Amino acid sequence: MHLFGILLRLAWRNLWRNHRRTIIMLGAIGVGVWAMIFMTALTRGMVDQMITDSIGVLPGHVQMHHPDYRDDPSISNRVSISDAALNEKFDDADFEAWASRVRVPAVITSERESRGVTLLGVDPAAERDISFFDYDEVEGRFLESASDQGIVIGKRLAETLETEIGKRIVLMSQDPENDIADRGFRIVGLYSANTKAIEQAYAYIGKTTAQKMLRVDDATTEVVFLGEDYRNVEPVYEAVTSAVDDTVLVQRWFDIDTYLGTMLGVMDGFVLVWVVVIFLALSFGLVNTLVMAVFERVREIGLMLALGMKPASILGQILIESMFLLALGLAVGNFLAWATIVPLQDGIDISVVAEGMEMWGASSMLYPKLYASDMILASGVVLLLGFLASLSPAWRASRYEPVEAITKV
Amino acid sequence: MSAVRCVNLCKTYRQGDQDIKALDHVSIEIDEGDFVCLSAPSGGGKTTLLNAIGGLDIPDSGEVYVAGGRIDNLSKGELADLRLKQIGFVFQAYNLIPVLTARENVEFVMQVQGVPSAERRDKSNAILKEVGLEGLETRRPGEMSGGQQQRVAVARAIASRPALVLADEPTANLDSKTADELMELFTQLNKHHNTTFVIATHDQRVMTYAGRLIRMLDGRIVDDIDQRAA
Ligand SMILES: Nc1ncnc2c1ncn2[C@@H]1O[C@H](COP(=O)(O)OP(=O)(O)OP(=O)(O)O)[C@@H](O)[C@H]1O
Ligand SMILES: [Mg+2]
Repeated sequence: MHLFGILLRLAWRNLWRNHRRTIIMLGAIGVGVWAMIFMTALTRGMVDQMITDSIGVLPGHVQMHHPDYRDDPSISNRVSISDAALNEKFDDADFEAWASRVRVPAVITSERESRGVTLLGVDPAAERDISFFDYDEVEGRFLESASDQGIVIGKRLAETLETEIGKRIVLMSQDPENDIADRGFRIVGLYSANTKAIEQAYAYIGKTTAQKMLRVDDATTEVVFLGEDYRNVEPVYEAVTSAVDDTVLVQRWFDIDTYLGTMLGVMDGFVLVWVVVIFLALSFGLVNTLVMAVFERVREIGLMLALGMKPASILGQILIESMFLLALGLAVGNFLAWATIVPLQDGIDISVVAEGMEMWGASSMLYPKLYASDMILASGVVLLLGFLASLSPAWRASRYEPVEAITKV
Repeated sequence: MSAVRCVNLCKTYRQGDQDIKALDHVSIEIDEGDFVCLSAPSGGGKTTLLNAIGGLDIPDSGEVYVAGGRIDNLSKGELADLRLKQIGFVFQAYNLIPVLTARENVEFVMQVQGVPSAERRDKSNAILKEVGLEGLETRRPGEMSGGQQQRVAVARAIASRPALVLADEPTANLDSKTADELMELFTQLNKHHNTTFVIATHDQRVMTYAGRLIRMLDGRIVDDIDQRAA
């Protein structure tokens, strides 16, 4: 303990011997650590939002379909449980939200253009919490009930079709007998979404209206369930699975969207790689600083050895000095990260660059996410790798020959 | 038992294409409680001999015994232990750790030895007072004169009460009055604690304090006088 005390003291004093160098190093480590955490928070925020945007809405966390619906998403592959029976099963269940809907491909035609869309026959009351837009922000109005006679489409689609609220369009799809099922609708509302692609994709009509148009009584093609957290969907999945038999297929979001599922997994790996890459850049400065420091102190290190201090203590002293430097740098970096990310958590407007990123579902606001686990990971990696990088200069110092140190005049 | 015994020590350095015999078949025996001065012109081999005795440097041939044990075949770790626990050093060229204060420098050896802090503090204060550095305890080496630094080094060498003190030119930077005081202190320690002193010096005045004067020239012992007998 006495020995450790003197090692701590020597390490600390030596650290401040060359103020300038230490402060520059602290700055470099601080900025490096800041960059590690800041970039990680941005990426986390982006992925988080991408996933929330794409599954927290419309698709939900768990979905139920006819087993063949994935291959052929048409009205022929209906959920075999009637809508009435579904209500009975799930009305009292402990989900954030759930909804059954008719979801089939359709063609929408205005007097000028036609486009393929995904037709959603929904019950607006049930969908409120699973919707990617706020009903109140719909231009015009959203559907008022499952038997509403109007249609709501995205703003972008309206532009493409060169139509507007109040005009009529024709929807065309197929009934279970593969006969044409079509109907005219009046546009009652236009919704906006984070991405233009979504605004082009979905057309909303009332669920009952859709069932009538497609001649399927009270059948639906898709039931979605929303739990509390997309990272923890097992409780929802189990609740749904235990309530149904194998005439339907129940899947979690990452079973359906394997790309997003994989992305979440890859994130952790990415964070680690990013942290290590920045550290490698830092390590050059760190090792260089230590090599210089050790080189400048040949004589006093030799003196300590001559007086009977063990080489292991010299090694320890240099390592402690390096750990002090890293720990201070980490404190600076973590503080900087915290101080810069917290004010940005309300969102950064990136609409200038967002257009180009829409293809992978990014929206125009970025919400950085500061996770304690990421700060700990970055700090842990820096300390561990810093320790390893310091071993070589520290080892070299402990091998000095004491005679040379004390006889050179 | 003799405190130090050297048998046929040889040490050769190569300088350019010339071989320099820093030690040339040196054999000496120093008894416990001896007060020995080692005198030689510059380059005579004083430092080389002290380093061999102190286990800092291994001679090319010959044997070195300290406190009865042979040391020239010990491992580095064992030598470090020997230096730490049994020998007090005043080096010729470089003595103090720049980031430590005078007192911390004096306490350094004791701290590495594991002496409790209260005891260290008492001993270092007493010794610093004896070498006339009272009031300068918290100065760092850079804030002291050469002579003051030298006295801190001496204080460190004797603070832990080693059985053997090896001092290389301990009075080099001191005025004659301080040098005298220091030699008085050494003499006291030698008398009261039976500490063995081996002091390398050019200084005629220092030699007068010695019980035994060994003269070297070009790595050989040329004279060995017992001054007490005389
Ligand atoms: N590391 C070394 N490399 C080469 N030659 C050395 C080395 N150390 C000592 N010598 C030589 O060995 C001889 C003895 O040196 P030493 O330092 O023992 O002399 P000294 O009596 O202590 O001299 P001084 O009074 O100047 O300190 C000298 O000729 C010196 O040049
Ligand atoms: Mg010398």
